[in-house]
Amino acid sequence: MDALNIAREYDTIQYIVIKIGEEQYGIDISFIDNIVRMQSITRVPHVQPYFAGVINIRGEVVPVMSLRLKMGLEADEYTNKTRIIIVKFESNASIGLIVDEVKEVVTLDERSIDEVIRDSKVDDTYINGIGKNGDTLISLLDLNTVISDKDNS
Amino acid sequence: MDVSQYLGIFLDETNEHLQTLSDQLMILENEPENEDTINEIFRAAHSLKGMAGTMGYKRMQNLTHDMENVFSEVRNGKIKVDGHMVDILFQALDALEEYRENISENQDEGTNDNAPIINALQAILNGDSAGAAAPEAEKPAEEKAPEGAAAEGGSADGGKWNDIVLHEPEQHVIAEAIKNNSKVYGFTVFIQETCILKAARAFLVFKALEELGEVIISEPSVQDIEDEKFDFDFSLYFVTDSPIDKVKEAILSVSEIDHVLGDVIDMDKAKIAKEEDEEEEEAPAAEPAPESTAPAATPAATSAAPAPAAKETKSDSKKGASNKPAVNRTVRVDIEKLDVLMNLVSELIIAKNSLVSFATSENSHSGFNEQIEYLESVTTNLHESVMKVRMVPIESVVNKFPRMIRDLSKKLNKQMELHMTGEETELDRTVVDEIGDPLMHLLRNSADHGLESLEVRRERGKSEVGQIFLDAYQDGNNVVIEVRDDGNGIDTEAVKKKAIERGTITPEQGETMSEKDIIDLLFLPSFSTAKVVSDVSGRGVGLDVVRSKIGALGGDVSVKTKLGEGSTWTIRLPLTLAIIQALMVVVGGEKYAISLGSIQTIEDVAEEDIKYVENREVINLRDTVIPIIRLNEVLGVESGRDANANMVVIIVKKGDQLAGLVVDELIGQQEIVIKSLGKYINCTSRLISGATILGDGEVALILDANVLI
Repeated sequence: MDALNIAREYDTIQYIVIKIGEEQYGIDISFIDNIVRMQSITRVPHVQPYFAGVINIRGEVVPVMSLRLKMGLEADEYTNKTRIIIVKFESNASIGLIVDEVKEVVTLDERSIDEVIRDSKVDDTYINGIGKNGDTLISLLDLNTVISDKDNS
Repeated sequence: MDVSQYLGIFLDETNEHLQTLSDQLMILENEPENEDTINEIFRAAHSLKGMAGTMGYKRMQNLTHDMENVFSEVRNGKIKVDGHMVDILFQALDALEEYRENISENQDEGTNDNAPIINALQAILNGDSAGAAAPEAEKPAEEKAPEGAAAEGGSADGGKWNDIVLHEPEQHVIAEAIKNNSKVYGFTVFIQETCILKAARAFLVFKALEELGEVIISEPSVQDIEDEKFDFDFSLYFVTDSPIDKVKEAILSVSEIDHVLGDVIDMDKAKIAKEEDEEEEEAPAAEPAPESTAPAATPAATSAAPAPAAKETKSDSKKGASNKPAVNRTVRVDIEKLDVLMNLVSELIIAKNSLVSFATSENSHSGFNEQIEYLESVTTNLHESVMKVRMVPIESVVNKFPRMIRDLSKKLNKQMELHMTGEETELDRTVVDEIGDPLMHLLRNSADHGLESLEVRRERGKSEVGQIFLDAYQDGNNVVIEVRDDGNGIDTEAVKKKAIERGTITPEQGETMSEKDIIDLLFLPSFSTAKVVSDVSGRGVGLDVVRSKIGALGGDVSVKTKLGEGSTWTIRLPLTLAIIQALMVVVGGEKYAISLGSIQTIEDVAEEDIKYVENREVINLRDTVIPIIRLNEVLGVESGRDANANMVVIIVKKGDQLAGLVVDELIGQQEIVIKSLGKYINCTSRLISGATILGDGEVALILDANVLI
């Protein structure tokens, strides 16, 4: 009883936990429109290199971005577990993010989220917090900076 | 009366009338004696007045009323049309336009009374064409009185109001009023004999009067007037603070009022009349008469008062609730077009049904293709019909330009003429709505920068009147709009100098730039070569906006110019948006769509036919040298083509320029729905104009061949 009461006093946010390489990232579930399996992506020439192309989501053309390339990691290797997360950050503008694997949904309350101290010298971080879920650490993605047109390559 | 449901119609019709007025005024300016034009203007002004009145837009009504008066005098040959008058009338038109805009935005006409314009119109009415505002009350009154007198014959000095019997309560009210320095007038209002709803008109007169003061007594009584128990005139006594001409104006602003007679009441005379009457018929009339008039008048007053108040609060609350335009955008559709649509939808249903029955039956596949073909023809027709419904002539946009050029001509002190052709060319409604500003800008540009001053024109042996042309025509799947002038043309040296001055380019770059590149500089943001910044142009927020706006519509702008002879701006727009016919091709294993509109022919070219000119690949096709563009290089993919086989070359056309695009394979023609790539993805080269979803759900990109050429 006591534990429940305490938990209620804190705001909780649900995150979808994804994996890129060995690292786990969390994406705020309220921005997620859909999660789809890997499908054929139409390449678009002359665009930012981290854009893999566009796909068709229920009749809409949605650009798809490789989180790996955006973060400056090596290119994706599409496997059975690869997913595209469709994020609707603003109304009528969706974007897809390619991730290696989608693991689970976790609920974090404010106490288990640590703010990231931004190093002014390195401002290419896409994370705005670290969540602790039991023993594992989840880097919480700041979608705004991920989506914004900043080239990291 | 709730008139909001008529708002859309009102705005549409107002637009039309304003356009007519503007057109006809332009004609009138050149042919001041043209009777047809004058009649036309009179009719338009009259209709406008009536409509504004019905909708309760008082200010608009007043203004149109005065315009109508002026034309009525012109029609009667009492006033001659001159330049000053046309100027004033154009001002009045602008004011009306402003009212209309206000109404369309928040259902309210705004608070601008436009008194100076009204005064100027009054001054014209008084034959005072010098235009000194004559706000004095007497002048219009003088003017109208003889008019009324002429109509009434001899009874000018004594309107019927003098016959009204005044009783105790009325006398008291009048005495009070005079004590308070208010004025008491007598009026006799004559309604047109063709009027059907006399009582309603009379009621409107009373309503109008109640806003200015108080009706003391009327003859016949208010009750009788309401019951239509009167001929075509009624008389009344009226207490007010307003000058008599204003009251008359208010009365005349009601439709179908023929004329009104009125004067300040001579109390002595009135009293005498009263006493005489009282002596004569005291017993039968005296007691019931005041009894019936007084109560009838007050309910009328009170019932009239809350109505406008309620309306006001309503429109206020509406205004508060939403700031967006109160009126939806509409397209007027020919009922025939709708019938065609309806038919097509029925056919679509039939096609669906036969497909359903086909799916349930276990017959052979023989009929399937037929059904698909049928469905295809229905959907194609449906698309065409819907597109036709959306098409409107560009007339609605370009119509306002003659007026604009006329104003510019005065403002810039240059003589110029605008010649327009192809106003009937049709474009998608959304395009037509957007095209106005860019076109206006180009025209202003031509007028301000293009055309030389009078002296220079004389020196160059050109006619003194500068010529500006606006031509619109359809060219394949495009609509072309050209703005042409016979002015100075673009001085590329001046542009270059300016660009170097501004640091846009280095002097070295300037040396090597082609003429075309230099002209392109003009389209950069904040680039203006006007030596003097005027309010016409030269603020440097022009051509780049024109280009981006046209670009957003899927079109492009180009310019051809010859120094000293003039320039031609060409706007090329797609006929329709959203759905196009496209040729699907394969390049390096990827599928692309190319709009059929830009494709001229498809050629089969052997590798050895490629020649080199200035190190660029060209082919000589039927005596035309056409540059070759290898799409796989542009798109950055490996060509999947067999190196030994002949090449498939798609000849695309932009204006009179051609280019050959080398593709790996043709898939075929297809109707595609254009989708945007989304806002996050930035195609730097503008090569990809959008995407489309193919039948198998895959996404194919649409190549904009215009960018390649």
